[in-house]
Parts: sequence; C-alpha cells; structure tokens
Amino acid sequence: MSITSPLAKRLAQATPAPIAMRMRGLSDRWIAWIFVGPTMLLLLAINIFPLIWTIKLSFTNFRANRPNAEVSGVGIDNYVSVLTDPDIWAAMQTTAHFVFWTITLQTLIGFTLAYLIDRKFRGHGFWTTLILIPMMLSPAVVGNFWAFLYQPQTGLFNAVAAFLTGVSPSSFSMLGEVSLAPWAIIIVDTWMWTPYVMLICLAGLRSIPDYIYEAAEVDRASKWRQFWSVTLPMVLPFIMLAILFRGIENFKMFDMVNLLTSGGPGSTTEVASITLKREAFEKWRTGYSSAFAIILFVAVFGLANIYVKALNHIKSR
Amino acid sequence: MTDQAPKSSVANNTKPRVWPTWLRRGPLELIACAVIGLGILMLLQPFAMVLYTWSFVTMLAGTVMFMIVSKFPQ
Repeated sequence: MSITSPLAKRLAQATPAPIAMRMRGLSDRWIAWIFVGPTMLLLLAINIFPLIWTIKLSFTNFRANRPNAEVSGVGIDNYVSVLTDPDIWAAMQTTAHFVFWTITLQTLIGFTLAYLIDRKFRGHGFWTTLILIPMMLSPAVVGNFWAFLYQPQTGLFNAVAAFLTGVSPSSFSMLGEVSLAPWAIIIVDTWMWTPYVMLICLAGLRSIPDYIYEAAEVDRASKWRQFWSVTLPMVLPFIMLAILFRGIENFKMFDMVNLLTSGGPGSTTEVASITLKREAFEKWRTGYSSAFAIILFVAVFGLANIYVKALNHIKSR
Repeated sequence: MTDQAPKSSVANNTKPRVWPTWLRRGPLELIACAVIGLGILMLLQPFAMVLYTWSFVTMLAGTVMFMIVSKFPQ
C-alpha cells in the first residue's frame, strides 16, 4: 500500500490533534511514566500498602473486632508466640505432608504423561486437550464437584473404590475419616494440577534437539541409556521449575481445603492458610495472625527468589 | 598531563578497583538460596520445636542476603 493512499492518510490522522500536540512536548521518560504510573499506583494501593500495614499490625495487640480498643505495641511477642505455638507447628507439618505428596505425585504422573504425549501418536492433540481440562476449571467448581464424588452413599469415587476392593461404598468416608481426609485433598489437587506439570515437562522434552538422540544412537546408546543420559538431565531444570511453582502454590493452598474439609475432621487437614484464617477471622487475633501471615510471606517470598533464579538458569541455557 | 610526564610511584602502584572474586553474584546467590531452603525445611520439619522456632530468622536472613547479593556484579 502506498503511503499516499487515502487509507494511509486517514490512518496517519487517526490520533486526535490535541493529544498529539500534548504528547509532542513530553520526553520518552515522561511518556513511559504516564503508561506505567497507574499500574504502579494500583500495585502500591493493593499490594505494598497492605503488606506494610500487616507488618505494622504484627507488632501490636490489635483485634479487628474491637476497633475502638486501645492498641499497644508488643514488640516481637506475636512472632515469638507463633514460632513457639505447637498448634501452628502442627499446621506447618500438615502443610508439609500435603506439599510433599502433591508435588511427588504431580511430578511423577506429569512427567510420565508428558513423556507419553511427546511420542507422536494418532490423536495425541485430542488427548493433550482432554488431559488439560482439569487445570482450566475453577478451584471452587473442582472443590464442589469432588465433594459430590466423595459422598459415601451416592458418590462415584466410593462406588469405584467399592467395585475395585469389594468393601461396602458406605463403609468409609473420604472426607470424614481422619486417615483418609488428607489423601482426599491430595487426590483432588493431583487430579487438577498434574496437567500443569505435564505441560512444563512437555516444553522441556520438546526443547531437546533431535541431533542429540541421533548422536546417542550412533554411539549405540540404548533407549534406557538415552533416557538417563540425555532426556532426564535436559528436562531436569524444567521439572525443578514445575516443583518450585507447585511448591509455592501448594504452600499457600486455601480454597480446595476450605471447600472440601474446612480443615477437618478435627484439625487433620488444617493447613497453614486455614489456621491463619481461623486466627484472623474466627478468633480475631489480628496482630498475632499478621505475624503468622508475615512468616508465611517470607517463606513464599524466599521460594519465589529460588524460583526466579531457576528461571534465569533455564533462560541462560 | 602528557604521556612524557613522569608518573609518581603512587600512580604506578594504583590498580583499577576490582570487585573481590569471592563476592561474585552467582555463588553468593546459591548460598542465599541454600539458606532459604534450609529455613523452609526447618519450618516444615516434624522433629524439633527449636528448629521450627529459628526457621523464620533463617528464612529472613537468606531472603535479605539474596536481595543484597543479587545486586553484586557477576
């Protein structure tokens, strides 16, 4: 299209004259600030300010249900209380159990699925899409959906388990029994997030150039040897990335646990975020829960630093 | 000052300021990540309350160290 065509002229004149005039007097730096400024203000208002406010509250005895009560500073007492509280420690161990098993299962199943999908078989696109569906659902939908599946009388999960093992479907309740409830949540999280790990592993597998396998075949390396000496070392940074990302997400997991068990039965599935919610909005110990929130924040922030370093390492490859 | 001008002994001995080798970003970031990882393990372990108590300080030290050393030259 020629620059002198009527359409090009109309496009060139699309910017209204007053704005163009005003922008003409600004430096590039100012224009950049105009574009970035609103986002920065929004971030300051909804991220940084609450964070600073929470840090401030964590050093006080403030209770949100008594806004008119006198607030006094308690120094690091809230932190000492949180870090010497056996209940919080138990919640951390529940979180650790949950994080360990979900990551282990998701990594093993996710990598296996990625390895299988990477073989170009007939209909692999369809299967990839099908496997990715759980990841696209809302956690609220998944939580309610699995709560129905876990119903002892009518749930499909119990019916299938009864069919496979021979026990009566109403003889056990996945969400109501102390020994089964943690596993019920692990199963749901694994079902939902394994596709995500699979996607990352698939990206790693597809980034391995074919000539490395060709060179390995020239050297008469068996398929088993190729897997251990080529595939796994080259996918390992991607697996580490998936583990870190899922670790961060599962460390602050709330929605699924809240929907499925709300921390019960007893406190067997009370992960750190559920305990935090109880301390903040049921017991109304705002200062104490702020200190707890800051401890969790530092843990997640630390993990995020490792995540960024891993990401840079992958980028530099 | 021209090239022919005599150089003082101080000027001859002056070397360009070099960042200490042991203060490079890469290894120090790795150490900071290890400290953060250690802190998280201490936070989540079920064996000793005292480790849990000191986990926050460890994580905080690792995170602050990471933030500082990530500004160091490579």
